[in-house]
Amino acid sequence: MDSLILRVATRILAALMLMFSVFVLLRGHNDPGGGFIGGLVAATGIALSSLADGPEMVRRVLRIEPRLMAMIGVVAAVGAGLLSVFGGDVFLTGQWGYVLGVKVGSPLLFDIGVYLVVVGAVMAMLLALEEEED
Amino acid sequence: MSATGWPLVLPIITPLLAASLAFGLRRWPLLQRSVSILGMAAMLLFTVQLLGLVADHGPQAVAVSTWTAPFGIVLVADLFSALLVVVAAFTGLVVALYAGAEVGRGRESHGFHPFLLILLAGAAGAFLTGDIFNLYVWFEILLMATFGLLVLGGEKVQIDGGVKYMALNMVATILLLTAIGLLYGMTGTLNMADLHIKVAEVDDPAMLTVIAVMFLLAFAIKAGLFPLFAWLPASYHTPPMVVSALFAALLTKIGVYSMIRVFTLIFTHDMAITHGALGILAVLTMVAGVLGAAAQTDMRRVLTFTVVSQIGFMLIGLALMTRMGLVGTVFYMLQDILVKVGLFLAGGIAVRYAANESAYGRLGGLWMNKLWLAVVFLIPAMALVGLPPVSGFWGKLALVRGALEAEAWILTGVALAASFVTLYVVGRLFVTVFWKPAPALTEAEAQARAAYAPTRGDMALMVPAVTAVAVVILGLGIFAEPVLALVDQAAQQLLDPTAYITAVLGPDAVPPAPTLIGGVR
Repeated sequence: MDSLILRVATRILAALMLMFSVFVLLRGHNDPGGGFIGGLVAATGIALSSLADGPEMVRRVLRIEPRLMAMIGVVAAVGAGLLSVFGGDVFLTGQWGYVLGVKVGSPLLFDIGVYLVVVGAVMAMLLALEEEED
Repeated sequence: MSATGWPLVLPIITPLLAASLAFGLRRWPLLQRSVSILGMAAMLLFTVQLLGLVADHGPQAVAVSTWTAPFGIVLVADLFSALLVVVAAFTGLVVALYAGAEVGRGRESHGFHPFLLILLAGAAGAFLTGDIFNLYVWFEILLMATFGLLVLGGEKVQIDGGVKYMALNMVATILLLTAIGLLYGMTGTLNMADLHIKVAEVDDPAMLTVIAVMFLLAFAIKAGLFPLFAWLPASYHTPPMVVSALFAALLTKIGVYSMIRVFTLIFTHDMAITHGALGILAVLTMVAGVLGAAAQTDMRRVLTFTVVSQIGFMLIGLALMTRMGLVGTVFYMLQDILVKVGLFLAGGIAVRYAANESAYGRLGGLWMNKLWLAVVFLIPAMALVGLPPVSGFWGKLALVRGALEAEAWILTGVALAASFVTLYVVGRLFVTVFWKPAPALTEAEAQARAAYAPTRGDMALMVPAVTAVAVVILGLGIFAEPVLALVDQAAQQLLDPTAYITAVLGPDAVPPAPTLIGGVR
């Protein structure tokens, strides 16, 4: 689709959606939100720019194969679960520590993993569908 | 609850991590294949360890991420699920091995192995979860992985089969989700052990029965029961034979497993309706399946229809809800997974000698020059019918004995008649593929077939895979005693879920008086 209005609007909208997706991702720790819904918001933003600028452009900007992104996400999420080995806890139990005075924990890594899985999987499907049309 | 529950977690996350690794290595097919095979081998090892643990210490449970039951998600293994994950992991290993000779570089580099491993993770998750919503999630994971495997390669028939498969299975998952929502609304819990307790306290049995029937319908589509099996023969014969083998072995069994879990642990309040319906469905599925198989003249379609008929047999024990019946059901399920892998994989080799043509008229003449293939095909084929000395005999014996003890004459009669027709189907299949002289071929056809025939390298992967399955089926038949002892314990755990509930909720959660109909125990 070649539309000037869509392309100009997308530049602002896609950036806003990506920012919002990170906000939702981080908010998910104590409030509604999290990796899954954040990932969907991000995927929507990227999908919008793939409609405006075409799938090749999106692939160039993403730099990483979407399916690979999903698989890295799986490793991150399962890895976050495996960190509980060090605390001697059950799989996926949150592990907490201080990095530079900020309290961080494995649930964030898990959420980031889920985020990557969702973005990667949705983009893999959407890009495949769009490229089929050409 | 076991201390940190790793034995329950490892069978699920091992294939999941191996899938990610295999995808990262997709440009190096040999490395990828090794990761896939090693991942399956590790999974098999962990599941055997889990089985040992459950056999020695009773059902095991762990509350993932330390959110205790009934609020968090628990993983639970009783003997039934532990036995199933072992057989599933073995199937995965055999399929991963055989796949190297069958699926080809194109499909392998497009993610065959990651999908295969994710499917196995989904199967292990479905068998081990103790949370009914989590069960739905594993079904979705399975659906995604199987759809990927089904359409991988992108041939037109595959897409056609894939769409039918997806459409009907989506209906099932939506139905399942709706039923879970309603059940949650009535009981306020999703934990299956807790549901057992809460369901007994519900004062609206009619509504509960409606929900039970919704679960029955959803799982009936998943398991391929009459009259909801249409997706199965429409899709199973389209992908490479090794994918069909995996689907035939595992997918429908996960539906049957869920049905057994739900209708022994949760919905035992009105067995006249729910288990009565299961009995009728079992009869119709057996009949429809064998008649379908008898009517087909294409090896792949015949084998596909035998998947349907065997599901009917497995339901007999659940419909009866007696110890002997459930022994038959559990044993029959376990051995049928192996039988399906064996039949489809050996059939896959036979088809390779006929340039991937599987119509009866195009097959034949393998007895004289491929005797070993005839043997590894005959062993699962005999088990399919239920002939001694292979494993299927003990399963059918227990089922028929259970049905006779419960004086379920119709179930007994139909089971025996359906077995008889299965004998005819299998006999005709064997005669056609192996004894009948090879069809007359033109020069060009003969050359095409020579090009399709497995190479020496293919054989190095196919022969051990198929032989291993045949040996296990034969071994299960001859040394059935120890396995039957385990299966008997599994059946008792299904009939009396006290140990299961204690493992999940602790000894204080005293289950209510048994809701089973009198005379069962």
